[in-house]
Amino acid sequence: MKSLGSIRRSFAPWTDPKSVPFIAVKNVTKRFGDFVAVDDLSLNIYPREFFALLGASGCGKSTLLRMLAGFEQPTSGEIILDGQSLAGIPPYKRPVNMMFQSYALFPHMTVENNIAFGLKQDGMPKADIAARVDQMLKLVKLDKFAKRKPHQLSGGQRQRVALARSLAKRPKVLLLDEPLGALDKKLREETQFELMDLQQELGLTFVVVTHDQEEAMTMADRIAVMAHGKVVQVATPPEIYEAPNSRFVADFIGDVNIFDGTVSSAGNGTAEIATQTGFTVRVASTEPPAVGAKAGFAVRPEKIRVGRDRPACAPLNAAQGEIWDIGYLGDMTVFHVKLKDGKVIKASSLNAVRAVEDPLGYDQEVWISFDENAGVVLKD
Amino acid sequence: MQRWSRFNIASIVIGFAFLYLPIVLLVVFSFNESKLVTVWAGFSTKWYVQLFHNQALLDAAWVTIRVGLISATVATVLGTLAALAMTRYTRFRGRMLFSGMIYAPLVMPEVITGLSMLLLFVAIGFDRGFWTLTLAHITFTMCFVAVVVQSRLLSFDRSIEEAAMDLGATPVATFLQVTLPVIAPAVFSGWVLAFTLSLDDLVISSFTSGPGATTLPMRIYSQVRLGVTPEINAVCTILIGIVAIGVLIASVVSRSREIQRVKDEQAAFAH
Repeated sequence: MKSLGSIRRSFAPWTDPKSVPFIAVKNVTKRFGDFVAVDDLSLNIYPREFFALLGASGCGKSTLLRMLAGFEQPTSGEIILDGQSLAGIPPYKRPVNMMFQSYALFPHMTVENNIAFGLKQDGMPKADIAARVDQMLKLVKLDKFAKRKPHQLSGGQRQRVALARSLAKRPKVLLLDEPLGALDKKLREETQFELMDLQQELGLTFVVVTHDQEEAMTMADRIAVMAHGKVVQVATPPEIYEAPNSRFVADFIGDVNIFDGTVSSAGNGTAEIATQTGFTVRVASTEPPAVGAKAGFAVRPEKIRVGRDRPACAPLNAAQGEIWDIGYLGDMTVFHVKLKDGKVIKASSLNAVRAVEDPLGYDQEVWISFDENAGVVLKD
Repeated sequence: MQRWSRFNIASIVIGFAFLYLPIVLLVVFSFNESKLVTVWAGFSTKWYVQLFHNQALLDAAWVTIRVGLISATVATVLGTLAALAMTRYTRFRGRMLFSGMIYAPLVMPEVITGLSMLLLFVAIGFDRGFWTLTLAHITFTMCFVAVVVQSRLLSFDRSIEEAAMDLGATPVATFLQVTLPVIAPAVFSGWVLAFTLSLDDLVISSFTSGPGATTLPMRIYSQVRLGVTPEINAVCTILIGIVAIGVLIASVVSRSREIQRVKDEQAAFAH
């Protein structure tokens, strides 16, 4: 079997203009009374893609998922699945299945009857149902629990039953609503990788809704960051993290330091921004904003160096400050550095060696610095 | 362990005496040898034997059971549907009015319910008898079923219905295979409540029944007017016995189920 990595690396149908989307959401709006849950939203999701809808609660991601499942109808716009419009098709006639956040297991049925439920609705012959249920139980490693009822299972086991049940009918698309939300941290991390393997193995299209950015970053091929019923950015996890297209995305995904300023020069693939904090940053930018325009500069904590000595690049991309707080996390240390103007920035450094001689301490005068390609320009 | 103060003991004794002394007296005197209700003359079961030769009483018991079974069943169907409508469609016009109208019979004086039905039956020329009696019982027990089922539906996780539909079950199949089995205990207790209410109703029955459809409470009441006999005590003792056994079974079943559930959950988390 090919390793997951090699398949993943070559998988990027969204870059190919000839590829046909499997799910096409076209200008979909959903209103509940005066409240606009989803606002003129368009999205393409490709076959075999692991697609994540990421956003805070109330951003419309769950509503979009429920429209894909058929529990809600769009107020306007259209959703096309595999070339066919889903308008007016009830949930029980759609070739998609959903894994619910609460798992929604049938409490009065055993594990095997839960899994067999969808197959029975289709009138599948009994022997085939038994074989398929067996296969699904093995897939989620629950073969010993076939005769149990949901309340006789732990949280992690229930999650697996819910997954097996939603996969039993071999849907074209699996919708997952906060699939790992109810699991504890350790189990969640394990399950993330299991879900990815499973998706590759079965060759299905997964659409997952989550508010957990780490979950989305780990699992998804592409992430759609949503806010106020709109998609703010759709991109691969590295693009979202390293090249956020807006202040919102930069701030929403991971930790970030944002410096506001005015563009002082632009050209040759770089831009210089005079920040309000008092120093100038030079940053690589293929499409820099015009000179004189207001712009922001975003840089992640792990890309900022903290040291006692004046860096060679100073005064560009460097500033003086004092250490305000130190958070020791084991694998890395987070410094809060208070700059001259009072702005506190975050910088983190990997603890690559066990014991550092003369480590940085509180109240110490330090320099912070970063490379030209460490951060991005934010135009908004 | 908590200590029992004298005050607590006294209040419990008085409270229970207040509740059960009349019933104990009734049961004791049902085994009285003497025909005089208040004079004890020795133990006997003769009134129970005599009871089973009293055809009028047996007929009344049979009518009561038939009315109870039919009315409880119909009331359960109607009450469950009403409860479903009330919890599912929370935003239709006039919902408040509708819900208020469902609960009104709960607080309506029985005399008024009975009288209004009597007037209705007279107005439409429906001969009073077994069926008018049954209809009246359906009417007043239905709202009790609706209340019991509705309280269960409020805590019902609707995502399991969505899951069923998502898996290909039509709305009807979803109701029959998922919703109904899950709320079945509440529907059943609604039925038991309706049956019990129908069993011991006197006021509405008196208004709505006709010749040949005398229920047990009506028969007992009319006999008591001629004087209380130990025979009546015996009937009542049997009724008390039936009700007590029913309550006992219900509580034992639900208790053992609860214990089983807790055990299962502990077993699940031990893994």
